[in-house]
Amino acid sequence: MYSADGSRPWTFYAFAAFFTLFVLFLYGPMTVIYILSFQGPQGGMTFPMNGVSLHWFDALFSQTRVGDIAGSFQRSIGLAVAVALVTVVLSVIAGLGFRRPFRGSAVAFYLAIASLIMPGLFVGLGIALTFRLLGLGTNWFTSGLGAQLTWTLPFGLLIMFAVLGRFNRSYEEAATDLGATSWQRISEVTLPMLLPGIIGVALFGFTLSYDEIARTALTAGSANTLPLEIWAMTTNVTSPALYAVGAVTTVVSFVVIIVALTSIAVVQRRRAAGARRATLTSTE
Amino acid sequence: MAILDQTADEFAASAATTPGAGAEHLAVDAGGERASWFQIAPLVVVLALFFGLPMLVVLAVSFFDFDRTDIVPAFILDNYADLFRSEVTLRLYASSIKFALIVWAVTLVLGFNIAYFLVFHVRTVLWQIALFLLCTVPFLTSNIIRMISWIPFLGRNGIFNQALVGSGVVHQPLEFLLFSDFAVIVAYVHLFTLFMVVPIFNSMARIDKSLLEAAHDAGANRFRAVAEIVLPLSKSGIALGSIFVVTLVMGDSFVVRTMSGGQSASVVSALQNEVAALQYPPAAASAVIMVIIVTLMVAGILRLVDVRKELAR
Repeated sequence: MYSADGSRPWTFYAFAAFFTLFVLFLYGPMTVIYILSFQGPQGGMTFPMNGVSLHWFDALFSQTRVGDIAGSFQRSIGLAVAVALVTVVLSVIAGLGFRRPFRGSAVAFYLAIASLIMPGLFVGLGIALTFRLLGLGTNWFTSGLGAQLTWTLPFGLLIMFAVLGRFNRSYEEAATDLGATSWQRISEVTLPMLLPGIIGVALFGFTLSYDEIARTALTAGSANTLPLEIWAMTTNVTSPALYAVGAVTTVVSFVVIIVALTSIAVVQRRRAAGARRATLTSTE
Repeated sequence: MAILDQTADEFAASAATTPGAGAEHLAVDAGGERASWFQIAPLVVVLALFFGLPMLVVLAVSFFDFDRTDIVPAFILDNYADLFRSEVTLRLYASSIKFALIVWAVTLVLGFNIAYFLVFHVRTVLWQIALFLLCTVPFLTSNIIRMISWIPFLGRNGIFNQALVGSGVVHQPLEFLLFSDFAVIVAYVHLFTLFMVVPIFNSMARIDKSLLEAAHDAGANRFRAVAEIVLPLSKSGIALGSIFVVTLVMGDSFVVRTMSGGQSASVVSALQNEVAALQYPPAAASAVIMVIIVTLMVAGILRLVDVRKELAR
């Protein structure tokens, strides 16, 4: 970055090598278990591969000793969708509210931060005890849902802060000046402009819920979510079925991530195209 | 996650001073304040019901009595007295703090260098976004799966040992790799480095690059420029990353259980055992003490680096 001729300093190559190693460290082990999940029926938990088969994926759904993978998977997806919806609605509205200075904003903000950094198991313990004292049973769609929201809402709020921090309010002013009602301003100007950020909040809400374990462990009641089922498997399943479930759940995460990032890219591209058209029309 | 270090007041202030923002919408009038309260109410109510109230219940239950099947409302200090009298407590805290310190040091070195590379060496924004996403995506996949994916690597017949024995570096497979403190630390670093990268990246991205050019022109070599410009200006990011990593490690029980094969324990994994045995009041007391200690650690970090003052520049 210092050289006048634009050539890279030697440190660039050192850092690039270091970064590559880090990426290998991040993805290498994950890649290995996806490969190992295709072990043959006689294959073990590590290399060498003993044939290639879909045996262990089949075992996930046919062998009862593996656990209730199908049921817990359905519950986790349902819960993640619910958490994502609530997180989007609540954190978008709250984010808009935080744009004005108001008394008590610091208290509300620190409540969210405390909720974010509190060890998850403690939150779960507290909710389990509260439900117990109130004589209510814990369930993944009541106490479990609430427990996960204490983790996804602060994240959603912080993402909204970041998104709204870059938001130019002149557009809202213009809408008002042109005679828009406050509802029109929100629905036709503010929310469409915030759409990429809102998709980001939904992505975080979904994936953080889908993989959550510490807060859910004591609050899910008798029916497990998928991460809890996997956690149980780590202690009693010593076959590549464990890797197969890992591969399946990671594919789900990746599909969600790709759908979210693609929609953000599409929104941005349409917007850029719209801006170009507007420029062309105005110069004609 | 992009601006983790902006506090609510500064956020409102910055939003209010956006160029072109008309004062008539933004003045602290009673109507606006009421509107804001309505807007944040749903979020605050959910957090109060599922976080605030449960934490108060934990505090209350830590003074309760218990028998074999149930908790008994009372006001006794026995749960705390037992904690302080037990030698195990000290050992558990020593273990948790040891893990926190080692993981903090490793993730700090990794996180700082990765953020530095992304901010100062990667030239185009598109590449910056692509590489940043490359680091972020694993964060959105299952932690348990990422953790157990070290098992085929570190096991007695795992890939490392196969490679080491195969290349003749060692004659017998190393035993300490899996189900040990080493494996616990590897998993922590794998899972938590991102929490250091993102805040430091945010701080560094705000540094004016002409400062570095000025330092270079004034004769500083690049190590001196990093030490005297980049490091001080990314202090707030380092502090926030440290808070995340320390609280995550101190609050963990799942990694330490799985990766140590039950040989190591942390404060929270011991607490989880008490919960499994339905001994809620001692578990609650242990949680209260842990929260106090973690709060003191966070306060210590914030005392060293005033995050808000850093941001006000």
